[in-house]
Amino acid sequence: MNQLPLNGLTILEFSQYLSGPSAGLRLADLGARVIKIERPDIGDACRRLSIKNLWVDGDSLLFHTINRNKESFTADLKSPEDREIVKKLIARADVMTHNFRPGVMDGFGLDYASVRALNPRIVYGAISGYGKEGPWKDRPGQDLLLQSMSGLAYMTGNEKDNPMPFGLSIADSICGAQLVQGILAALVRRHKTGEGALVEVSLMESLLDFQFEFLTTYHSSGQLPRRSKFNNGNPLLSAPYGIYATGDGHIAIAMVNIPQLARAIESESLAGYDQEQAFSHRDEIKNILSQHLVCQPTAYWLERLHAEDMWAMEVLDWKSLTAHEGYKVLEMEQAVSTGRGKSLLTTRCPIRINGERLFSGKPAPGLGQDNEKIVMELLK
Amino acid sequence: MNLLQDIIVVDFSQFLSGPSAGLRLADMGARVIKIEKPGTGDICRQLYVSDTRIEGESTIFHAINRNKQSYAADLKKGEDLEKVKKLIRQADVVLHNFRPGVMERIGLDYETVKALNPRIVYGEVSGYGSEGPWKDLPGQDLLVQALSGLTWLSNNRDERPTPMGVSVVDILAGTYLTQGILAALYRRGLDDQSVLVQVSMMEAILDFQFEVLTCFYNDGRQLPVRSQVSNGNAYIPAPYGIYKTREGYLSLAMGDIPKLAGLLQCPALAVFTDAAEWFDRRDEIKEILTKHLVGRTADEWLSVLQPADIWCAKVMDYSDLLQQVGYKVLNMELRVKTSNGLSLKTTRCPIRVDGEIAVSERGAPLLGEHNELIDGQFGLGIFGS
Repeated sequence: MNQLPLNGLTILEFSQYLSGPSAGLRLADLGARVIKIERPDIGDACRRLSIKNLWVDGDSLLFHTINRNKESFTADLKSPEDREIVKKLIARADVMTHNFRPGVMDGFGLDYASVRALNPRIVYGAISGYGKEGPWKDRPGQDLLLQSMSGLAYMTGNEKDNPMPFGLSIADSICGAQLVQGILAALVRRHKTGEGALVEVSLMESLLDFQFEFLTTYHSSGQLPRRSKFNNGNPLLSAPYGIYATGDGHIAIAMVNIPQLARAIESESLAGYDQEQAFSHRDEIKNILSQHLVCQPTAYWLERLHAEDMWAMEVLDWKSLTAHEGYKVLEMEQAVSTGRGKSLLTTRCPIRINGERLFSGKPAPGLGQDNEKIVMELLK
Repeated sequence: MNLLQDIIVVDFSQFLSGPSAGLRLADMGARVIKIEKPGTGDICRQLYVSDTRIEGESTIFHAINRNKQSYAADLKKGEDLEKVKKLIRQADVVLHNFRPGVMERIGLDYETVKALNPRIVYGEVSGYGSEGPWKDLPGQDLLVQALSGLTWLSNNRDERPTPMGVSVVDILAGTYLTQGILAALYRRGLDDQSVLVQVSMMEAILDFQFEVLTCFYNDGRQLPVRSQVSNGNAYIPAPYGIYKTREGYLSLAMGDIPKLAGLLQCPALAVFTDAAEWFDRRDEIKEILTKHLVGRTADEWLSVLQPADIWCAKVMDYSDLLQQVGYKVLNMELRVKTSNGLSLKTTRCPIRVDGEIAVSERGAPLLGEHNELIDGQFGLGIFGS
């Protein structure tokens, strides 16, 4: 693609770990130049945070995953000299992001009011855990804790299970995604008015927004969401919504008419229920289904359900998924070249522009690798 | 919150993925016009949830579609289609989440729309993209979760694959579509060109797994192994997870095990001095924690752990959460009113701009509520009809 939507924009990323840097990654993939501003010697703490002890060129694979397609500039924000250089960068930037706890950027003299005085066109994106006020403001903005506090842990798993978190960092991911939306909308306005903006999101507010269907339902019914006793798929939804064991694997069944389902799978016990009972009797219905579906292999059921256009699919793991033609045609994987002729495989940006997938082979930066180039640009 | 003032969005989408994108655009100041089928409208109007309905419509329809307008049009009728085309000529964004081929049959595919309006940003959500063996299958949240491998990340090791209990695929796909649309609007401001933005639910949920999928791609394709006890994340060492206490549940994130042993007065944990064991022997550690933590209440444990800066929290449901000062100061609740006087409480946009929250009180539209207004404002009406 000749021109990506955000070509020409420069973004300074003071963020670490996942929430802020995932926003930077999306902006980079959409065409922006993203420069990480990192502490000398240490850098983004994510460089040292590995999963499964996987490392690439001295940094964690995790860091490489989140920070590909970016540059790195080291500056000690506690040093007045370094701060002057950073202020020069800010004066020329379009966007900056940070995810420090409230007050930290103020301490560096890089709060929004100070930055705006340097560059009134800047869009300033800030992520916090719980907002800037109240008793939680200084608490660690950590994903599992946010899931636990926000009510989200009561959505997954069955009724008798302990509260159960999502097995991925949903608070970080969704909050970073909200920040991207706010920043881009602010850039749209800036084009018209010339004015920058302060865009603030928190992990907690993002996670509450994520549950907006549940919270709205709770506000009007006063009933806490209840996970079904068996095969819970979503506490708001009636039977059969969930995943069931079959003779040789698992099958997911979404919204389906109960009498129609009873006919398609030839279940006499299920035939006794009508659609009006799909919510009120969902535990019984799900129990009947789980005993019935385990008697035949997945393919047997899918053939019958798909013949009636019913919403059901097999459950895959990553091995069966990545071997599937449906996955391959997406071309979701991309190689990123790292040092010494090596490369790693990761996913690409999920957004297509003008029918084209957005690939970028540019790796994550070494700490401070772009200092010299960036200082030279400032001198121009 | 007028970032998108004067932006007009013509939204053909239904259910959640597309409409959640429309909602966010509306929250940030765009005017979003839902184009709905006369008589039935967005199918979500009739999607009953938890048996909780508002004026015969589902609560979730109201949550997803507040702050929008509704224009009823039968796209199979030439006259209605012409009106919609006239509206599109004056719009900035079109969005839809029909299955591949539907907009082509209606005659509102990207090429046609671009010919009508060369500055249009055209956004579409599909289930699985427009090619391959899955392209005509229903793009439904649970089914996409099931195919994507996501269900092997939550719950404990010996449990069945477990879906995430919120429509995470729809919401992420809608969010990414919004990102693409906004980036395209920014670009259009510079070069006046139309842009096609496409997101599929499958690509969105693969992206959500980018950290762990990248691990899988590069570690010899080893599948995730959830911990046997209190699994919080298949890739993170003990104690990461949620534990039952004598009263309430306690959540523990990353933490130093010998330090925890001291604070919790749990000598059995003190032997795990090598940090590598916190992953390799996580089931043993979590088993010890499970037995130990039921001895006292969550509040008692928190009073020891929080002062020591251990990353921990009490697990709350909505009735606990909504009473907390920390929740109340966020001002996350929003009361909206529909034009027939119905009032309901929902959540607001989570993005603050220039220190302000978005507080539009406009509820979801009645089906076709704005036909007359829109006919007049955009010159669509034929006199006397």
